[in-house]
Amino acid sequence: MPLAPAVTDISQLKDRPEVARLLDWKSSAVAGAKFDRNELTIWIERQDLLDAMTLLRDDSQLRFNLLSDVTCVDWYPSEPRFEVVYELRSIPRNKRVRVKVKLNSDDARIQSVINLWPSSNFFEREVFDLFGIYFEGHPYLRRIMMPEDWEGHPMRKDYPVEGYR
Amino acid sequence: MAHMTPTPVMDPAADRTMVLNMGPQHPSTHGVLRLLIEIDGETIVRMMPDIGYLHTGIEKTTEAKFYQQVVPLTDRIDYLCPMTNNLAYCLAVEKLLGLEIPPRAQWIRVMLNELTRINSHLVWLGTHAMDIGAMTVFLYCFREREDVLRLFEMVSGQRMMTSYFRVGGLSMDLPLGFLDRLKKFADRFPGNVDEYENLLTANPIFMERTKGVAYISADDAIALGTTGPTLRASGIDTDLRRDEPYSGYENFRFKVPVRTEGDVYARYLCRVQELRESIGIVQQAIAGLPEGRYKADAPKVVLPDRENMKTQMESLIYHFKIVTEGFTVPAGEVYQAIESPRGEMGYYIVSDGTAKPYRVHMRSPSFANLQALPKMCEGRLIADVVAAIGSIDIVLGDCDR
Repeated sequence: MPLAPAVTDISQLKDRPEVARLLDWKSSAVAGAKFDRNELTIWIERQDLLDAMTLLRDDSQLRFNLLSDVTCVDWYPSEPRFEVVYELRSIPRNKRVRVKVKLNSDDARIQSVINLWPSSNFFEREVFDLFGIYFEGHPYLRRIMMPEDWEGHPMRKDYPVEGYR
Repeated sequence: MAHMTPTPVMDPAADRTMVLNMGPQHPSTHGVLRLLIEIDGETIVRMMPDIGYLHTGIEKTTEAKFYQQVVPLTDRIDYLCPMTNNLAYCLAVEKLLGLEIPPRAQWIRVMLNELTRINSHLVWLGTHAMDIGAMTVFLYCFREREDVLRLFEMVSGQRMMTSYFRVGGLSMDLPLGFLDRLKKFADRFPGNVDEYENLLTANPIFMERTKGVAYISADDAIALGTTGPTLRASGIDTDLRRDEPYSGYENFRFKVPVRTEGDVYARYLCRVQELRESIGIVQQAIAGLPEGRYKADAPKVVLPDRENMKTQMESLIYHFKIVTEGFTVPAGEVYQAIESPRGEMGYYIVSDGTAKPYRVHMRSPSFANLQALPKMCEGRLIADVVAAIGSIDIVLGDCDR
């Protein structure tokens, strides 16, 4: 089964309700979209993340009520370096969507979605611990995996994996 | 993890409360979970889980391994259901590759996954009942679990860290006599579940300890990210095996047990019912197991048969290339979620087109489900904490990765 090429043209993805609703709401908030391997990814501008997530959760056509996962990918040394990845799942619609936000390394901070989904508490703490992304508005942003006095963020690509620290 | 800090993470809000430390060495925390509990008399005011004691950096380790070398690492995440992790990882890589798996391999994967679910649920049932004070169930459960582990040993050579699945299929076909032995176990097992239920389901002491305890509403359970039996016991009818079928689950008939009470007893009933459904799926898999190859026809990804390597030069070359250089995976990203015994086990894999994964992230169900624990316990009695921990069925290896 050869792989179908990824669809990255946003105008071809307008029939998807997730993309359409977000574009109707604020087209400047959507930085891009991709449909690849049967999975839909939407890039959101950082300053619009909270409003876009609220729409994705509360809109009657979307209803992404479960935040499955929050994680991060480090694209060191290219910029924007970090991509924060949110996996959303709608239990009533049985659909998934992936929301991504790009962050520069000199300003790696993003709004916390903890008021929308309390489950993001641990997920965001893990990303903070391992990648050093600062989640604004998180009430208890402390290390969760590594010891409290650990230096550095181990999942970053420039973190040394051998030799003396 | 706060074990390096001398000051308590939690300060008592008023003079009348005190902070109680539970774990990480506590027999009822199922591993190395540490709980900071602020109590007012016997009532819990606030609870804070502290984890990370088992963090081994598996996600970081995967970035230095070939794709096929990651499989044994996945066993070690959730050591009670190794096959589930193997499957989730293999499915994710196969999705990245666009690889089609032969039906026989898919059915064997389903069969072993349901056995793994039984294995995991038996450990949960035994330890959970023992936490609450019913010692006998533990011995009964581990009797049957031993049978399952022997079946695993027969099929893969290992009792716990099986590493039996491969990207593209299985490491080898089922051994001779395995299906007969599995059939015997599958015929006997529903009677064993009756035994456990005789001991617990209508037991007044057990019901007293579990009914109405650690209640969580459906809305809270979704908001806190719980999945699996913990969510289904709160009345949400969702099961990834049915809703997003993978590995040929659409060919099997099974019910998804749902309860609406949302307490420890409801979670117990859900899981016990799942034991019965799982053995039903195993029976169906035995009856309808298709003939054919046990691995995909993809010479660049799947190791060739040993026999062919002795006679065909191409096979030998492919074998050498895969073992020394790995196989490349087209660039892209996937998130593959499957229904583990604990809930949604998801693998997020990013490939940059080389033979090593650029990023592997495991969305582990224990990590998310643990967040529901404070909600279940706050405002209730300290004696019920142990029942609540048992009922969300966490594995700390899965939690900390």
